Amino acid sequence: MSEYQKPLSAEEYDINFSALKPLMSDTEAAMESARCLFCYDAPCVHACPTGIDIPLFIRQINSKNDTAAAKTIYESNVFGYACGKVCPTEELCEGACVYNHSDVKPIEIGRLQSFASQKSIANNKKHFHPLAPVGKKVAVVGAGPAGIACAAELRLHGISVDIFEAKENPSGLTVHGVAPYKISNEEVLAEMSYLENQYGFNIHYNTLINTHAEIKRLEAEYDTIFLGIGLWKSSELSLPGEELERVIGAIEFIEQLRSDKHHTNISGKVIVLGGGNTAMDVASECCRMGVDEVVLAYRRSRQEMGAYGFEYDLARAAGMRSIFNVMPLELIGDHAVSAVRFITTKTENGKVVPVPGTEFTDFCDWVIKATGQSRQDSLLDLIGIARNKAGNIITDENFQTSNARYYAAGDAVSGGQEVVNAVADGKKAAKAIILNLRQS
Amino acid sequence: MPSLQVNFAGIKSPNPFWLASAPPTNSGYQIMKAFDAGWGGAVWKTLGVPIVNVSSRYGSVNYRDTRMMGFNNIELISDRPLKDNLREITEVKKRFPDHAVIASLMVQSRKEWHQIVQDVTNAGADGIELNFGCPHGMCERGMGSAVGQEPEVLKTIVGWVMEVATIPVITKLTPNITDITQPAIAAAEAGSDAISLINTIQSIVGVDIDDFVPYPKVGGLSTNGGYCGPAVKPIALNMLKNCAQHPGVNIPISGIGGIENWRDAVEFMLLGASTVQVCTAVMHYGFGIIREMVAGLENYMEEKGFASVEDFVGKAVPKVVHWEDLNLRYKVVASIDANKCIGCQLCYTACEDGAHQAIGLAVAPDRKPHIIEENCVGCNLCSLVCPVENCITMQRLDDGSATESWKQRTDANMIPTTFDDSRAGGLHHTLPDPGEALKVIKPKHYGIR
Ligand SMILES: Cc1cc2nc3c(=O)[nH]c(=O)nc-3n(C[C@H](O)[C@H](O)[C@H](O)COP(=O)(O)OP(=O)(O)OC[C@H]3O[C@@H](n4cnc5c(N)ncnc54)[C@H](O)[C@@H]3O)c2cc1C
Ligand SMILES: Cc1cc2nc3c(=O)[nH]c(=O)nc-3n(C[C@H](O)[C@H](O)[C@H](O)COP(=O)(O)O)c2cc1C
Ligand code: SF4
Ligand code: SF4
Ligand code: SF4
Repeated sequence: MSEYQKPLSAEEYDINFSALKPLMSDTEAAMESARCLFCYDAPCVHACPTGIDIPLFIRQINSKNDTAAAKTIYESNVFGYACGKVCPTEELCEGACVYNHSDVKPIEIGRLQSFASQKSIANNKKHFHPLAPVGKKVAVVGAGPAGIACAAELRLHGISVDIFEAKENPSGLTVHGVAPYKISNEEVLAEMSYLENQYGFNIHYNTLINTHAEIKRLEAEYDTIFLGIGLWKSSELSLPGEELERVIGAIEFIEQLRSDKHHTNISGKVIVLGGGNTAMDVASECCRMGVDEVVLAYRRSRQEMGAYGFEYDLARAAGMRSIFNVMPLELIGDHAVSAVRFITTKTENGKVVPVPGTEFTDFCDWVIKATGQSRQDSLLDLIGIARNKAGNIITDENFQTSNARYYAAGDAVSGGQEVVNAVADGKKAAKAIILNLRQS
Repeated sequence: MPSLQVNFAGIKSPNPFWLASAPPTNSGYQIMKAFDAGWGGAVWKTLGVPIVNVSSRYGSVNYRDTRMMGFNNIELISDRPLKDNLREITEVKKRFPDHAVIASLMVQSRKEWHQIVQDVTNAGADGIELNFGCPHGMCERGMGSAVGQEPEVLKTIVGWVMEVATIPVITKLTPNITDITQPAIAAAEAGSDAISLINTIQSIVGVDIDDFVPYPKVGGLSTNGGYCGPAVKPIALNMLKNCAQHPGVNIPISGIGGIENWRDAVEFMLLGASTVQVCTAVMHYGFGIIREMVAGLENYMEEKGFASVEDFVGKAVPKVVHWEDLNLRYKVVASIDANKCIGCQLCYTACEDGAHQAIGLAVAPDRKPHIIEENCVGCNLCSLVCPVENCITMQRLDDGSATESWKQRTDANMIPTTFDDSRAGGLHHTLPDPGEALKVIKPKHYGIR
């Protein structure tokens, strides 16, 4: 039994999915910012992939200069608000805070960051002013963190930018994938329109780029093309019974949850397959949807899980139960899934091997596949871009792909990191593009 | 169990903790409540002539997350009718006969002084405090600090009071003067039984940078007020020491200024105060803080083996000498406990930019700086900025066998006369060339774009 009741209204949904990191009040920000030591060459800065000058913005908050604090943040990271809320800060800045070494609670950097950013978003404060047009045009495919960060940096340098986005909203997985208790749709989109307003890039929504003709058109009209296309749909299991009803991919489930909220169709007993952060998110989310039972099934041991410890703890606290060292063999059911047949595994020389004769069946009402995301092979084949074994785009250190007209960054290159990494690399790619366009 | 009882210039009190004359002692209601809470004495809010107060009246210095680290007011003396106050003094004394009730007074003419001293004595006050301190509002009318800043005038008025006083008289001094011992000596010479210090320090507590009006604001204008609270403690301690050391001020002292816990109180007592008075801390936290103060003092006395307060009052007074009597051979250097260090590098940047370039950065990743002993002058700065308890300590290098003070040197004609003189300071420190400053590698996020 989950800790949560099934939410029947928007209000009940909001309670079950209430913010993990709520916005700070002025008082909380004043007190928390006072604790920061203003470390010299602070380790928190080094731990932030976008290198925000954390002690500086915290000091600015403390001297009641939230505007300057927001500018410091946005100077390094255009997803300043979102990152404060969705970054795994325990693993990044806050994990590096010196206070950890004296058993004192680290500074709540993420929440301070969202606090200051929010003030500038609320009064639409324009911190940066793009240069006059320099007569160059860049097309950005994908309005996710990588694409938006790249576009913003390009715009500052007077380059015109058109972003082509398959979906009807910007921010990529920030609004479609991140758990709703980390950030709400409204919060994400408010920051996006703030950025659009300030940097002046054009976003063409509902525009999936996937045909030869579209590619040729982009190549004809733009000096450079940046790919911030992220990863694709949830990976297939390639198991019998996968086509049954109520067997769904994690990415698709979360996307639906984020738009349909309490109307999302999920109930009974849910088996989540996987051991990464996405699996933890999905398990947490199902618990918060008040389903009867959520069982995580992972093919390796708990220690080998890719998920961060705090994400696992969060899901467990929400009511998730786990079984380790099990591998699905088959999904069973008439038209909808009603059970999963598993086999026990052990790890030998780093490889998962099934233990013969240990098959068992676990009943369920839903199966959610959280075993990774696929890639957009057809598009990349059409353009002619080299990928590595995992299917990730190969770039040089300047984020240029094997096709010199194309740059890429974000999940499509890394194979899946965090929002903050996509933002950092999108910006770096823009700098490389700017340099390249200057030389040409 | 040590005894906290005191007899201060003839005023008996169950403990040395008194409320200073201020809003917490405005009424019999408050003082009864305070005595009930555990305070030993109270100096009644200053009584005198009719006045009118403004609104607003207070301003504050907030330091980071700490409110009222410094506090400022533009309030005057009591605005309540004298007869009400006199009646309440009688009532309080009736209910609390063993507690100390001291009437603070401020009037102008000799006749008025005579009258009011007799009035409060008849009401049953245990003592009188003469308020020569208020730095605003009253001085314009020739009272308060206008008196305290003129030792001769002060002497005359104390003389008037002593003509009729039958209970102990304390003269309260203003710190708004260059040499606090002058009014202290004047008070002693005029026969005052004791002195108390400090009253508030003239101040402007801050300015609203949007409408350009300093705080506290009264209809778009402000005026200088009196500063008090934790921020003034060091100033008060120094003035206390000056009076405690001066042979001309041979009377008991009641210490005031920024006291908010037992530790502050002990410091005042070690520097010569035999009672202490508190205002701001009570205005901030209420009478309840007395529980911590009493328990803390009792515990301290027990641990140190002091049976009574007299056992330690003034113990630190002989430990303050002139600079020229300090031992120039005493040598300490900083030492970092790597096990405690959390790698904030504050000591590095403090010493590097603010002192003597005597701390080196560690090679990443452990971030634990090291002391460059030859450059360390033993100034303490790093140990003061270090956020970890007892992480940086100052280690003694000399063996204590040699002592040499500036005074001894002067007497022996050993003082350096030119900067080349090997006996001059500074010569032994190595400093990088100015140009090296621009070669120092800055943290990568400084100036990011
Ligand atoms: C379930 C889940 C939870 C996560 N939770 C967190 C979290 O809590 N914190 C965190 O920091 N990170 C989290 N992440 C990771 C984070 O969301 C990603 O690392 C980040 O969004 C990657 O940014 P991106 O711009 O590379 O790609 P995406 O965010 O995937 O954006 C790509 C965009 O490109 C568009 N697009 C793709 N192909 C095309 C095309 N052919 N034509 C037009 N448009 C196209 C997509 O519609 C999308 O909008 C999570 C990821 C997942 C899957
Ligand atoms: C609002 C206010 C009013 C005061 N009024 C008087 C007063 O009437 N008479 C007086 O002698 N001192 C007065 N003082 C000074 C205090 O008695 C005390 O000397 C001073 O505040 C320093 O002590 P502290 O740091 O504990 O506040 C007043 C102080 C404040 C804050
Ligand atoms: S490490 Fe912690 S204390 Fe130091 S600057 Fe960063 S947030 Fe502040
Ligand atoms: S004591 Fe002073 S000089 Fe010595 S290392 Fe510390 S800060 Fe530098
Ligand atoms: S100030 Fe203290 S904790 Fe910080 S680096 Fe120096 S020794 Fe370590």
